[in-house]
Amino acid sequence: MDSLPARVPDERIALVDLLDRLLADGVMVTGEITLSVADVDLVTISLRALLASVSSLDKSYSGAEPATR
Amino acid sequence: MTGACGLWAYAITEHGGGDALTEHGGGDLSRLTGVAGGTVRTVAAGGFTVLVSDVDLAEFGEAALRRNLENLTWLEEVARAHHHVIDAASGLFPLLPTRLATVYSSHAAMTAALARRAEELRATLRRVGGRVEWGVKAYAAPQPDTRDSEQPAGGQAGGETAPGAGLAYLKRRRAQLTARERSQHAALAGARAVHKELSGRAAQARLHPPQSAQLSGNQMPMLLNTAYLLDASASDGFASAVAAAATAHPELRLELTGPWPPYSFAGED
Repeated sequence: MDSLPARVPDERIALVDLLDRLLADGVMVTGEITLSVADVDLVTISLRALLASVSSLDKSYSGAEPATR
Repeated sequence: MTGACGLWAYAITEHGGGDALTEHGGGDLSRLTGVAGGTVRTVAAGGFTVLVSDVDLAEFGEAALRRNLENLTWLEEVARAHHHVIDAASGLFPLLPTRLATVYSSHAAMTAALARRAEELRATLRRVGGRVEWGVKAYAAPQPDTRDSEQPAGGQAGGETAPGAGLAYLKRRRAQLTARERSQHAALAGARAVHKELSGRAAQARLHPPQSAQLSGNQMPMLLNTAYLLDASASDGFASAVAAAATAHPELRLELTGPWPPYSFAGED
């Protein structure tokens, strides 16, 4: 292979950027026997999971958070 | 593995892609660990070669997936494992990444699904395979002018209100709001211009919905969350173009991520 740019190490990739791509994109090859979950569901599910985790973080840090606006 | 096995698919490549990998890439692929610690292997299906690993349907069956996808720790682990395999393989041969959680109950089911869409998949592979994706996020830069807008300067002293003070405050407030509105418009126009310029350099562009401030972890409003498809050799030039755009548009903060496997361009649209 010719000069491919260096890849970003996995652990430095923001989860939200990764999920933007992995959940909404990628080739869907579904058949009636496939167990893939429908696209809309996936995005909703992941966002719900992410938001839930963010809001629980917020709660634990809220005292230290600078006032905004 | 305790229960029935399914096949977790990572990527699809032209038939023989896997052989090329074994010849040139040495044992790279067989050393890759996939989702749930599974060993990655290639299988022929429907005229393609697919990267797969075995998964336990007790954890990765449809009902279990629905439950597990709600668990962020589980989701992150699986997403990173999926990405790790695709990322490593995409450096070795052209491929189409499959969407997260594409699980087949059997080899026969996978073969049937691929064969049904063979022509379309080959066309997508030709367009996307071997190319890389770069992500660009544009935020509206914070405007220093509007920082103190809530505070009526010099007002409220002693509680007595000079005639006209309220009016002056309203005028000032309106001017600040107008300034804020103007800077928002400028940022939007800037984002459009940057997107146009970068699209011109890319084989294809795709807009993702902007991430909410909660998810991006950034207080600045996100105006653009875009993916650009490029030849790997064009990566350096593209990164320079983004840097130049960042300098030319102080009203924006630009963030570049990548190179990614061509995730955003493997789907149908």
